[in-house]
Amino acid sequence: MPRIRWHILVFLAPAVLVYTAVMIFPLFNTLRLALYDEIGQVRVFVGLANFETLFGDPLWADAFWNALGNNFWFFCVHMLVQNPIGILLAAILSQPRLRFAALYRTAIFVPTILSFVIVGFAWKLILSPIWGIAPGMLDAVGLKSLFAPWLGQDGTALTTLALVSVWQFVGIPMMLIYAALLSIPEEILEAGEIDGITGIAAFWKIKLPLILPSIGIISILTFVGNFNAFDLIYAAQGALAGPDFATDILGTFMYRTFFGFQLQLGDPHMGSAIATAMFGIILLGVCIYLFGIQTRMRRYQL
Amino acid sequence: MQRKLTTLLLSSVVFAAASGAFAQDTTIIIESWRNDDLQLWQSEIIPAFEASHPGIKVKFTPSAPAEYNAVLNSKLDAGSAGDLITCRPFDASLALYDAGQLADLSDLPSMANFSDVAKSAWTTDDGSATFCVPMASVIHGFIYNKDAFAELGLEVPVTEDEFFAVLDAIKADGTYTPMAMGTNDQWEAATMGYQNIGPNYWKGEEGRLALISGAQKLTDPQWIAPYATLNRWASYLGDGYEAQTYPDSQNVFTLGRAAIYPAGSWEISGFNGLADFEMGAFKPPVMNAGDTCYISDHTDIAIGLNAASPNAEAARTFLDWVGSTEFAELYANALPGFFSLNSTPVEMSDPLAQEFVSWRDQCESTIRSTYQILSRGTPNLENETWNASVQAIKGTKTPEEIGAELQAGLASWYAPQQN
Repeated sequence: MPRIRWHILVFLAPAVLVYTAVMIFPLFNTLRLALYDEIGQVRVFVGLANFETLFGDPLWADAFWNALGNNFWFFCVHMLVQNPIGILLAAILSQPRLRFAALYRTAIFVPTILSFVIVGFAWKLILSPIWGIAPGMLDAVGLKSLFAPWLGQDGTALTTLALVSVWQFVGIPMMLIYAALLSIPEEILEAGEIDGITGIAAFWKIKLPLILPSIGIISILTFVGNFNAFDLIYAAQGALAGPDFATDILGTFMYRTFFGFQLQLGDPHMGSAIATAMFGIILLGVCIYLFGIQTRMRRYQL
Repeated sequence: MQRKLTTLLLSSVVFAAASGAFAQDTTIIIESWRNDDLQLWQSEIIPAFEASHPGIKVKFTPSAPAEYNAVLNSKLDAGSAGDLITCRPFDASLALYDAGQLADLSDLPSMANFSDVAKSAWTTDDGSATFCVPMASVIHGFIYNKDAFAELGLEVPVTEDEFFAVLDAIKADGTYTPMAMGTNDQWEAATMGYQNIGPNYWKGEEGRLALISGAQKLTDPQWIAPYATLNRWASYLGDGYEAQTYPDSQNVFTLGRAAIYPAGSWEISGFNGLADFEMGAFKPPVMNAGDTCYISDHTDIAIGLNAASPNAEAARTFLDWVGSTEFAELYANALPGFFSLNSTPVEMSDPLAQEFVSWRDQCESTIRSTYQILSRGTPNLENETWNASVQAIKGTKTPEEIGAELQAGLASWYAPQQN
């Protein structure tokens, strides 16, 4: 009979207990809460009725699909802007001939550690039509006519906030790719050089295939992060995610419903239903990645 | 959360026990969200009460505004809440009364000092019981830069045509932004816009009550017309008003860069400290000279009795004093812009506050149309009105579309509006 290794249990216990208490239990309790409703101050089991309301009642469904659509756009901007720029920056930084590389690396990474509240507030000031430096800077180069109150217009607010978020987080893909690029052995690149593959061609033909798994990881991190996003929108536009819900994403929609806002009383049960839907969407996305993409990705033994 | 709550409750029990052991007088404790006013209560209001009522000690123990309702509800459930409860207007307090946690105060002698409108925020739907003593209301109107008006030779507008003529004149001159308001934070558009000018269209209480009874609908002309007027405001707001926030507007006005500020009277004390020009106020313009004017005199804060209080007798004495003219004068002068709801006129020293409160004699008072009953369901009419007012100003939806949308939302849960 194998001996029980007590020390393993003892060392695992703190992490397991804390994680269970703050993550696993609340998660399952939220899923459970979504199946209940409060009728006359009593909590009753209602099955899937909350989801029927969420997807069937036009007042709820419109808000949900609007938030989901905005969330997809938010994600698209990150995938199309943040990650390519991050890869580009990493490729530039990994050039051995680049001077002040450490300075650039730090400067680009610093916004990542700033609080959302500070980022939201600072960018609101920068872009403010009254006090902001953006109109002044555009004016200095004769492009004042291009300035618009971007955060206040239905058409531009979400993209503006997505780009602010890109500015804040571009350091993360940059760092991950940078690390992956550094781990490529010199011999491989030298072997390529002998075969006549240098410069840009070396990046496309040798480095990119080798960092693809890292790009995959970054994509899934971006996906999870964006579909859980809430803070920046809340800090910049408030819980009503104006103008006209143009910046409303699943996170702000859930917050408004769960905790209530102004005269609207909170509804934990509908809020949980939205949180459950968010959980389902993220789970689906991660599964598609894990089983559909990651297993088919070619890996090279370095 | 549970543990934190338990600790909180335990500590408050210990605290209450400790204070009970040392005090020989009856000590009554006030729960409030007005932590900004702590200084004022301790240095002015409580000493004034204790001087005239020996044997009763008062403690003011406010919590953070955003947490107040949650903290108060858990304290009430656990039986550790203070004797006196500061009441939010309408449904939040009504729910406490319905749950038996606030006592009926209809028979308090000083209740006679308040009109029905003043009491409406803390009265049951059928009007049978009032459960909080009204403390203060805020009045809507427009604050203007007197120096700018003098410089441009402008008169205070009375009718809507004059109002827009004044705005045109300021715009043509170009020195000042005609009106300081933005739509970024949304609530100003509804509160300082729609609820400010609206009562003149829907005739104050008459329209508000008709909406509650279902006799009028949000698609009726008197409810849509203010949105059309708001749309005309857009060209007088500063460049980029779409991204202008509430603090932006306050600063633009107090820096003297704008001539008119659609306001609530709560701005007075803040503006007094910031603006170095003379300020005046005018009431929302009427259609034709001589029309009856209506103002939004919104009941905002009151105080009630914890039904489980062991010191009910002392607490009622205090509440009766809150309903007196003495308290009204103290409070209104310490916080200009928070007006006493007492029927007896209160002497106030602040000229701007005097101007606001003088409209009560000239106009009919009403409260914000969306606050009573109509914001009980989902979607919430007040929150919807914020967005609707912004859409009206920007012109992204016509007033008719806005009215139809709001009506559909209200009718989806409010029975009297469903036929």
